[in-house]
Amino acid sequence: MHPAFSVLVFTVMSGAGYGLITLMILGHLLGVPQLQDSNVLLSGGILGFVLISGGLLSSTLHLANPKNAWRSFSRFKTSWLSREAVFAVLFYPFVLAYLANVWFNGAEVNGAAVVAGYGAAALAMVTLFCTSMIYASLKTIRQWNTSLTPVNYIALGLMSGSLLLAAVQATVAGDLSSVLHNLAIGLVILGAAVKLIYLFWIGKPAGSTINTATGFTQASVRLLDQGHTANGFLNNEFGYTVEANRLMRLRVLMVGIAFVLPFLLLLTSSAGLLALAAILTIIGLLVERWLFFAEARHVVRLFHGDQRV
Amino acid sequence: MKLGLVVDLDTCVGCHGCATACKQWNTSGTIGPLSDENPYGKDPNGAWLNRIRTYEVDDHPNSKTVNMPMSCMHCDNAACVTVCPTGASYKREEDGIVLVDQDKCMGCNLCSWACPYGARELDPHQGTMKKCTLCVDRIYDERLPEDERKPACVMTCPTKSRVFGDFDDPDSEVSKLVRDRAGKQLMPELGYEPVNTYLPPRNKPVVETYEPKSIKATVKGWVNKVIAR
Repeated sequence: MHPAFSVLVFTVMSGAGYGLITLMILGHLLGVPQLQDSNVLLSGGILGFVLISGGLLSSTLHLANPKNAWRSFSRFKTSWLSREAVFAVLFYPFVLAYLANVWFNGAEVNGAAVVAGYGAAALAMVTLFCTSMIYASLKTIRQWNTSLTPVNYIALGLMSGSLLLAAVQATVAGDLSSVLHNLAIGLVILGAAVKLIYLFWIGKPAGSTINTATGFTQASVRLLDQGHTANGFLNNEFGYTVEANRLMRLRVLMVGIAFVLPFLLLLTSSAGLLALAAILTIIGLLVERWLFFAEARHVVRLFHGDQRV
Repeated sequence: MKLGLVVDLDTCVGCHGCATACKQWNTSGTIGPLSDENPYGKDPNGAWLNRIRTYEVDDHPNSKTVNMPMSCMHCDNAACVTVCPTGASYKREEDGIVLVDQDKCMGCNLCSWACPYGARELDPHQGTMKKCTLCVDRIYDERLPEDERKPACVMTCPTKSRVFGDFDDPDSEVSKLVRDRAGKQLMPELGYEPVNTYLPPRNKPVVETYEPKSIKATVKGWVNKVIAR
């Protein structure tokens, strides 16, 4: 699949923002001592808000006809993209109410903080889940049509969010919270495990072949002619092919930047290095999302000569 | 009613007449225009609703060239409709035709991702999704003579390898062809239940190939023929 840059930015940034806000609100409401500080909460909240809003705006850039984007709220019953849009908008009043409450009443856990906070955290996770289900629901792309897809999106969103949260807390409050620090370490290990399981799983050949695609299941089938002299929409969108060697190098690079380096930086306890770890993870996740697209092989490729996907 | 096409892979010669007629009719039809980018330039691109690909099936001496025209299959279980967030993609209750409302489409490409048959192409100029309409603006047009109320691709096919009809009617030509010729659906394992059906090529005797024999065997053959007389 052709990786659209706006979609990579959208899924990584909004994933990190939703992860950050969810973990921060839950930590605040469940009484993590270092999060009972309105400066930390407001800084984290604004950073999450900017990441999510920037991501959502970026997502509209890949629309070829954005003037109809407002209609995308209308098919909640069947479309995961529509559900994502609805929940993404519903999230805003809750998170704004929560942040306004922190602004006016400080870090006190009152009724408003509980209702708005748990509402925002739940909607953040539901939105992230809907985003992942847009991909996981497509039967045409074997590498996406798996429950590992939502697990990856949620684990990696929480992972990058936890690194951002630890970095924000350490920078704003000056001293490092061991709870947030350990949470980040745990989530980096979880994220790496989930990603490695996914990479192992998509390595196994399975699914449709050129034989089931053309209906000739008892003989070999070879493409003679695609029937056009220049690439069209289908070639550009689904024919995106990257050399196997390059994919392997990028996988190693991705695991290094997104998981290994941040993990090593987390072993130190400096606020500056934590911030660096968070930035590295986000860059690594952009590579991860690029690979998520580049390694996905749509079944239309079978009609254009691939023997299997 | 369940309208759709039967394509005879035995007789299709791969002339691309159906695709050309389709482009000609639909560029000024209900979903038109079907824009082209750089049509005479170096890297042309454009929206087509019908594509013809050519395959070689089986190995020598049983190999056969098969031309496979593909347009929208008007699936019974059309994921392109359910994934659409704007409601632009819809399947008509009355005849099963899948259409895109050009006034609602936001060009997110998700329906083209959900389609296993490559039936949807984004119009490079309009930014909306284009697809086969089964010539909905021809087949119900009462100003046309009755035998011309067919999709443009079916009308134009010089070898009559495309047949249009109602798959719900067991006595229609398409239903009979599917029964008699063991019609096949493409990629049935994905569960989209495509309506369009493909008739596999008929089995033909293998063409005898000339095998050169040794001079001795050839002379022996002639002698045998003479003696037999």
